Amino acid sequence: MSVLELHGVHKLFGDNHVLRGVDLAVDEHEVVVVIGASGSGKSTLMRTINLIERVDDGRILLSGDDITAIDVDVDQVRGRIGVVFQHFNLFPHIRVIDNVTLAARVVHGVAPDVAKDRAVSLLEKFGLGDKVRDYPDRLSGGQQQRVAIVRAILTDPELLLLDEITSALDPMLVGEVLDLVRDLKAQGSTIVMATHEMSFARSVADRIVFMHGGRPLESGTPEQIFGDPQQPETREFLARITHR
Amino acid sequence: MTDRAADAVWEVSRLELDRRLQRKRASRRSVLIALVSTVVFAAAAGWLVVSSPNWDTVQQTFFNPEIAVESFPKVLEGLWLNIRVLFFASIAVAVVGTLLAVMRSLRGPVWFPLRALATGYTDLFRGLPVLIVLYLVGFGIPGLNPEVRIPVAVLGTIAISLCYSAYVAEVLRAGMEAVHPSQRIAARSLGLSHAKTLRLVVIPQALRKVVPALMNDFVSMQKDVGLISVLGAVDAIRSAQIIQAQTYNFTPYVVAGLLFVALSWPMIRLTDAVSARMARREQQGGTV
Repeated sequence: MSVLELHGVHKLFGDNHVLRGVDLAVDEHEVVVVIGASGSGKSTLMRTINLIERVDDGRILLSGDDITAIDVDVDQVRGRIGVVFQHFNLFPHIRVIDNVTLAARVVHGVAPDVAKDRAVSLLEKFGLGDKVRDYPDRLSGGQQQRVAIVRAILTDPELLLLDEITSALDPMLVGEVLDLVRDLKAQGSTIVMATHEMSFARSVADRIVFMHGGRPLESGTPEQIFGDPQQPETREFLARITHR
Repeated sequence: MTDRAADAVWEVSRLELDRRLQRKRASRRSVLIALVSTVVFAAAAGWLVVSSPNWDTVQQTFFNPEIAVESFPKVLEGLWLNIRVLFFASIAVAVVGTLLAVMRSLRGPVWFPLRALATGYTDLFRGLPVLIVLYLVGFGIPGLNPEVRIPVAVLGTIAISLCYSAYVAEVLRAGMEAVHPSQRIAARSLGLSHAKTLRLVVIPQALRKVVPALMNDFVSMQKDVGLISVLGAVDAIRSAQIIQAQTYNFTPYVVAGLLFVALSWPMIRLTDAVSARMARREQQGGTV
């Protein structure tokens, strides 16, 4: 069964028709990378999946549950999805360990020491073992983003949404974050990721979806999309982004 | 992949129409529940008040209709004095408060005396009870030279302005400090002087941040102008007091109080609306 299914999803901001009937299905353990120009609807797509934006039409299913039904418990749905943002959005007033364990403790009711043990082992695994007691402002951007990823995966979400997680990073720091995503894929996480890192998309994606004009215009394996794009818009986009 | 021919038309699906209908029903239900619960609550509260012992005496003492009608024109006339005091005090507070805030934000050792003066002023007048300032200015200053007669309303305006300038200066300073340092750096790197940076970049952004707090101070000042009655100025409160002394009935105070509430109410609502609008602008989109 698909972890995530979108059927004819529309989203409007006033007259601005941002999503124009998105159909998409993501299987378990699949890594889907969404590419497309700014304004093509990538971020809005992510936000509708996490119910931060309400869809104006269509249906979204998470492991078969209709999360766009009006009586759905939004917080419960969000608890099943991990999100990592472009600007990390760590809470500056609490330590790394408390950032990472917050949701587990106050949303999922995990015992504090259980959450802490798991957080420490994950942080150690991703090379952040010596940052556990630090406040976020003591960390580099790459370290902050890795902490944000640990925060998102601590409760084993069914689906992980990564929204341009390397766009705000110094080029030197992009690699360490992408390596972490590679580890997550190896562990079998189900991931939907929007990115401009084409070489990374090519190496890690099971499937590439090219968004254009508010809908997935073309999708396929990295070999298909990068090697033999079918749509003229896809070809144009790839030409622009790879020959800048 | 989606069919590109389907680009042009999007007809809202049955699913969405059904969802909209359900949402409308749910919101109608909420309105109805709110309505019923309000009516029940108001009825219960009203019954509790009216059925309490001695309600008749309470009504006669505080809510006497004849005395209310009789005192209304006098109290309203007094309120006009309060409004004039408020008008001039607001202008004075705006000017002095801004000056103080700018003085406190001056950098460099040369400005230390001004900075210290402004800091001392705000510390002093924020700590000093308004009533003491009113007594000192209203009764103390005329005592210095009995030949010059300054109207008590003017003295009251000065006393209120002295106090509120300190509060407003602090609010403005907090706003100026809340403007991100990168904004100053950007302005200075364009060659703007410290003064021009303040005037054209920092203060406009600071004002926007502190509008709700400033409006709150204004609302607070709207009622505190009533304190000038202690100096003998015949304002709304003093007028009410005079009638109360004649009739031994407290209804005029209630009338004056309601007039003060009516005076500040538009500003209170406006403050709420402005705050709500700013909150909306800051969290663009999203229903979190």
